[in-house]
Amino acid sequence: MTMTGQSIRDMLGRRMIELRPSVEVRAGSALPENDVVEDPVIRISDLNLWYGKKQALGGVSLSIPRKKVTALIGPSGCGKSTLLRCMNRMNDLIPNVRVQGSVEIEGANIYASTIDPVEVRRVVGMVFQKPNPFPKSIYENVAFGARINGYKGDMDELVEQALRQAALWDEVKDDLKKSGLALSGGQQQRLCIARAIAVNPDVVLMDEPCSALDPIATQRIEDLMRELAERYTIVIVTHNLQQAARVSDRTAFMLAADDLVGRLVEYGATDQLFTNPKDERTEAYITGRFG
Amino acid sequence: MSMQTPATQSMFQPNQMMRRVMGGAFVGVGVISILISLGMLVYLVLDVAMRGLPWIDWQFLTSFDSRFAERAGILAAIAGTAFMMTMTIAVSLPIGVMAAIYLQEYAKESWLKSFIQINISNLAGVPSIIYGLLGLTIFVRYMMMGRSVLAGALTMALLVLPVIVVATQEALRAVPSSIRDASLALGATRSQTIWHHVLPQAFPGILTGNILAASRAIGETAPLVTIGALTYVPFTPESPLDRFTVLPIQIFNWTSKPQAEFHDLAAAGIVVLLLVLLTMNSIAILLRQRVGGTSRRRIG
Repeated sequence: MTMTGQSIRDMLGRRMIELRPSVEVRAGSALPENDVVEDPVIRISDLNLWYGKKQALGGVSLSIPRKKVTALIGPSGCGKSTLLRCMNRMNDLIPNVRVQGSVEIEGANIYASTIDPVEVRRVVGMVFQKPNPFPKSIYENVAFGARINGYKGDMDELVEQALRQAALWDEVKDDLKKSGLALSGGQQQRLCIARAIAVNPDVVLMDEPCSALDPIATQRIEDLMRELAERYTIVIVTHNLQQAARVSDRTAFMLAADDLVGRLVEYGATDQLFTNPKDERTEAYITGRFG
Repeated sequence: MSMQTPATQSMFQPNQMMRRVMGGAFVGVGVISILISLGMLVYLVLDVAMRGLPWIDWQFLTSFDSRFAERAGILAAIAGTAFMMTMTIAVSLPIGVMAAIYLQEYAKESWLKSFIQINISNLAGVPSIIYGLLGLTIFVRYMMMGRSVLAGALTMALLVLPVIVVATQEALRAVPSSIRDASLALGATRSQTIWHHVLPQAFPGILTGNILAASRAIGETAPLVTIGALTYVPFTPESPLDRFTVLPIQIFNWTSKPQAEFHDLAAAGIVVLLLVLLTMNSIAILLRQRVGGTSRRRIG
C-alpha cells in the first residue's frame, strides 16, 4: 500500500461524508460517552485491545474534538497510553497486540485492512514521554519527516516555521547545525514537537510530554500546547491532574477495574469533569483519594 | 528464626584467622593463574620475536618462498592473505549484515526465529575444519573452482558469517528503541527508519564486529589446508581463480622443515601475522571507544 498524504486525506474526507448518517445513529447509543462531540476528528468506537492474552482496553468509545486539547487521565496501568497509541497505530510495533473495534480519523477506520499505518502516522504525529531527538543536527531533526514524506517546498522555510511554532526558533536560529542532543531537556522536547508538526499532521498525540521536565520547561510546553491547539488537534496523556485542568478542553478519565482491563469511566468538558464529576470514581480520583 | 530466642554473643564464632587465610589463598590462586597465562604468552612472544625479528627485512617481505632460507620471503603469503580477506569481507559483510537486520528488525518472534538464532550461535562454535570440508566439497569440487583464492575466500566467508551476524545484531540491539519510535511516528517506513537512523548509529559497532571476525579468519589455517591452499606458491595471485597461500599456511610449512633456519623464518612469519592481528584489533578497540565516548557525552 502506497498512498500520498494527500490521497489518504481525500479518501478520509470522502469516507467521512459517506459515514455521517451512521455516525449519528451510533452517537445516540448507550456507549459510555457522556456528551456528543460536534464534528470530531477521531471517533473511537467500542475499542478492545489485548497484549497477548491479557486484555488492556475494554469497550472504549470516545470522540476527540477538532482543534482542541483533550486530556486522558487515570492511575498507572489504566490503559491511557495504550489508548493514545491506538490513535496512530504505534501499538502495531508491539508483538502479539490484537485490536478490536474501530478508530476512525475523519471518518475512515485506521484499523481497516486497506489502511497503511505508515500513512496514518503522517497524519497523526506523536511526542513521547522522554525527549528523543535524533543524534543529528537540529535542522536535520526537523527536516527528516518532511524529506521522507516527499516534501517539495522550501525546506529552510519549513524548518523555520516548525521551529517558530514550537517556540524554539529564537533559541536555536544561530546554530541549526548543532546536535539536537546538545539542547536542554525542555528544548529537546520542543524540538520533538517541531519535528512532529513539520510534517503537517492533523493530530498531535503527546504521551506525558512533561514528565521528564522541570516546572519551568513544563510551563513552556503547556503554553505551547494552547497555542498549537489553534491549528492542530491535540491529545495528551498526563499523570498530572493540574496539568490536565490547565491545558485541556476536554478530559477523559480512565480506570482499570479488578480485572485490570482499562475502561473509560467519564468523559466531558474539563471544567465540568473537574468541578462536577458525574461518576463517584472520577470524584475520588480527582480529589486525590487514590491513584 | 523465632523472635522468642534472640541470638546471643556466644552463638557467634567468627574464626577470623581461618577466614583471613582462606581469603588470602583465594587471591593467591587468582594471581598465580594470571601469572601462568600471561607468563606463557610473554615467553612465546619474546621467543618468537628474538628468533624472528633478525630475519624481518625488506628482502623477507618482498620475496617469494625459496628452498634457501636466506632467499625465502613471505610476499606470496601476504598477497594471498590480503586478496582472500578482501573477497571474504566483500562476500560476508553484506550477507551477514542483511541477515542480522532481518533477524533483529523484521522477523517476528516465533519458534522458527529462536531456532535460527540458536543455530547461528552454534555455527560460530563449529570447528573450523568442518568449514574446510564443506568448502572442499561445495566450492572446490562441486562448483569446480579448484584450489583458488575464490574457493578459499568463500569458505572463510562461511566461517565468519555467524560471527558477523551475531555482532551486527548486538550493535542493532544497542540502538535505543526510542529512536525507532521517533522515526516511525513521523510516518517513516521500517526501511527508512533502519537506513536513516538505526544503521548510522549501529555502524561503529558493526564495523568492530566485522574487524574482529576478519582477524579470526586471518589466523585460521585448518579450513585452508583442507581445501588445499598450496604451501609453495612462487607468485602473487592475480585473478580470483589463481592458486594461493596465506600467512598461517606459510608459517606451518616452514615449521615442518628440518633446517633450523626455516624455524626462524617461521618465527619471522609469526611476527608479521601478530602485527597484522594487533593492528586490526587496535582499530576495533579504538572504534568501540570512540562510540562509547560519544554516547557517554550524549547522556551527560
